[in-house]
Amino acid sequence: MSECLLEVKELCTYFHTDAGEVKAVNGVSFTLEAGKILGIVGESGSGKSVTAYSIMQILAENGRIASGEILYKGQDVAKYNKNQLKGFRGKVCSIIFQDPMTSLNPVFTIGNQLEEAILLHTDKNKEQAKARAIEILTLVGVNEPEKRLKQYPHELSGGMRQRVMIAMALVCEPDILIADEPTTALDVTIQAQILELMQELQKKLGMAIILVTHDLGVIADMCDEIIVMYGGRVCERGNAEDIFYHPKHEYTKGLLRSIPSITNAKQKLIPIAGTPINLLNMPKGCAFCSRCDAAMKICLTEIPEEMRLSETHLASCWLNFKAQMEEGGAGK
Amino acid sequence: MSGTDNLLEVRDLKQYFPIKTGMFQTTPLKAVDGVSFAIKPGETLGLVGESGCGKTTVGRSLLRLYKPTGGQVFFEGEEVTDANMTALRKKMQMVFQDPYSSLNPRMTVEDIIGEPLDVHKLYNGKKERRDKILNLMELVGLNAEHATRYAHEFSGGQRQRIGIARALAVDPKFIVCDEPVSALDVSIQAQVINMFEELKEKLGVAYLFIAHDLLVVHHIADRIAVMYLGKIVEVAKADDLNLSPMHPYTLSLLSAIPIPDPHIAHSRQRIILEGDVPSPMNLPTGCSFRTRCQYATERCAKECPTLTDRGDGHFVACFNK
Ligand SMILES: Nc1ncnc2c1ncn2[C@@H]1O[C@H](COP(=O)(O)OP(=O)(O)O)[C@@H](O)[C@H]1O
Ligand SMILES: Nc1ncnc2c1ncn2[C@@H]1O[C@H](COP(=O)(O)OP(=O)(O)O)[C@@H](O)[C@H]1O
Ligand code: SF4
Ligand SMILES: [Mg+2]
Ligand SMILES: [Mg+2]
Repeated sequence: MSECLLEVKELCTYFHTDAGEVKAVNGVSFTLEAGKILGIVGESGSGKSVTAYSIMQILAENGRIASGEILYKGQDVAKYNKNQLKGFRGKVCSIIFQDPMTSLNPVFTIGNQLEEAILLHTDKNKEQAKARAIEILTLVGVNEPEKRLKQYPHELSGGMRQRVMIAMALVCEPDILIADEPTTALDVTIQAQILELMQELQKKLGMAIILVTHDLGVIADMCDEIIVMYGGRVCERGNAEDIFYHPKHEYTKGLLRSIPSITNAKQKLIPIAGTPINLLNMPKGCAFCSRCDAAMKICLTEIPEEMRLSETHLASCWLNFKAQMEEGGAGK
Repeated sequence: MSGTDNLLEVRDLKQYFPIKTGMFQTTPLKAVDGVSFAIKPGETLGLVGESGCGKTTVGRSLLRLYKPTGGQVFFEGEEVTDANMTALRKKMQMVFQDPYSSLNPRMTVEDIIGEPLDVHKLYNGKKERRDKILNLMELVGLNAEHATRYAHEFSGGQRQRIGIARALAVDPKFIVCDEPVSALDVSIQAQVINMFEELKEKLGVAYLFIAHDLLVVHHIADRIAVMYLGKIVEVAKADDLNLSPMHPYTLSLLSAIPIPDPHIAHSRQRIILEGDVPSPMNLPTGCSFRTRCQYATERCAKECPTLTDRGDGHFVACFNK
């Protein structure tokens, strides 16, 4: 068994809005093992980013962790004081975003920003900081790093900016990198470059990555472990084999059926019926029940329990309980 | 690529935008630089390529939303000009990527769809107008009860349906669809792709279907054209393009698409392109792709390859492939 780095337990993150309390994350649990890439996938609004921001403690003003724990080395990150947080962010855990300009300041040069981050987090002097900045830009595949130090973010291409943001996140060699849709705004050939870079860095530096994306293709390419989210809850978790070839939640199955692939071009796509979820008007039972073709009575009224299907694979769908009972019955 | 049975024919279309590069100086940005293709009645041509390669500009200039810098567009054999474009508006329509910004949020669905009917006076009396609107709504899978609701009350997928109902109101033969599903979540995307396919079967309408997602385009298109920096580098039947791509750019584009199947994802060979796309204001000499191409030779820097026929409707612009 490998080492568990981070453990999220029954995390609930709510937002206060005029229309009511938005339960964006509603009982999410998972563990992140050292050196692994964990994928969080789900459609927009499913709570992926809020889960990530909860870990980093960078929620919007109107948001709060209502309950649950985020355990790092046995301590709850949510209960950290300012000083502890300073030691956590950047040094233990860093985050990168879809839009690099959320992390980069347009009025400072790349060099300014990188060196400042290095000076802030390490005891290097100015000269050493510059050397380190060049080293880290080289690490993330930025060509002509010395020239880049003098440039402003807008002078770089989208892919290059993304690399600089990754460099920024890696300054202190964190154990955990959270990447929130890091390639969603990029074209596929640039996306391929960045994904390859992340894989390389992961191997080289041995860090763990939480990769948040709505793109099942990116997940298939990159992830060891996968969590599928819907309506603020985890509906299924497992390794790539489990999720892609033996999905056990109706939402995961629907998602896989609905994407165009090289082989299904001649067939009609099978969409998931209905409209996206409204967090202010959640069903009492399974979050997916109003869109699920296979929904049973119990699905409407009771939140499905998570059932273990194998060593690696868990799903929260009442159908699995039904199947188990029928199997049990047939076995007699 | 000629022939009288074409619905639409585009010949050597050029669209340059003058960009101010100094006090008294402008440099042309060659957004579309000599594009030719044809579409048959009821056919779907997919147009793919990365952002900035000129897809939207092709769509807009062939509908004369811009005045093309050069080239010709023929619709049903007749050259499209400023003079006859108003009449042709009834036959050629466009739907846009962003269902949020392309619909007026303060108009009801009924009024949005009714607008083109009003403009082209396509009904006699209120009842016929209403019937036509309800028919169109049914056609795109919108509930008749929603006719009096406002656009902003709808989700992305439903807004896209409203947009296409409006485009269909004039009973067009050809629609430019500019990234109509790119902003939608996959589960909703599938619903809208199916709708486009059903409309094509029912109405026999032809599409220029623009998207950056090759898998989506492969699903919906009969043929696919791949663009790079203002030029078409390869055109082929959808299956041929996906199964036996030839142009080095198409090869890398295909190999870069994330495939939601771990076995395939891990076993295939990725061709990672180096560097970024050059600026359309400062194009490389010869083949525009040569700066990133692993097959480039001296000739590629000197001459610009044109589309050549490789048989069975497969055209490729490359000296070495
Ligand atoms: N500051 C906020 N105030 C109110 N609601 C919010 C806020 N931030 C996020 N949400 C809501 O939380 C839900 C989950 O959002 P998010 O985690 O960003 O989704 P995802 O990243 O999966 O697309 C969404 O319904 C979103 O509208
Ligand atoms: N109205 C315009 N004025 C100046 N440049 C433009 C204009 N429209 C598009 N461009 C430029 O033309 C190129 C092609 O753009 P576009 O057709 O929108 O590409 P795509 O749709 O493939 O992303 C880009 O470099 C873009 O910046
Ligand atoms: S013409 Fe040359 S540079 Fe262009 S794609 Fe072919 S081999 Fe590459
Ligand atoms: Mg998000
Ligand atoms: Mg475009």
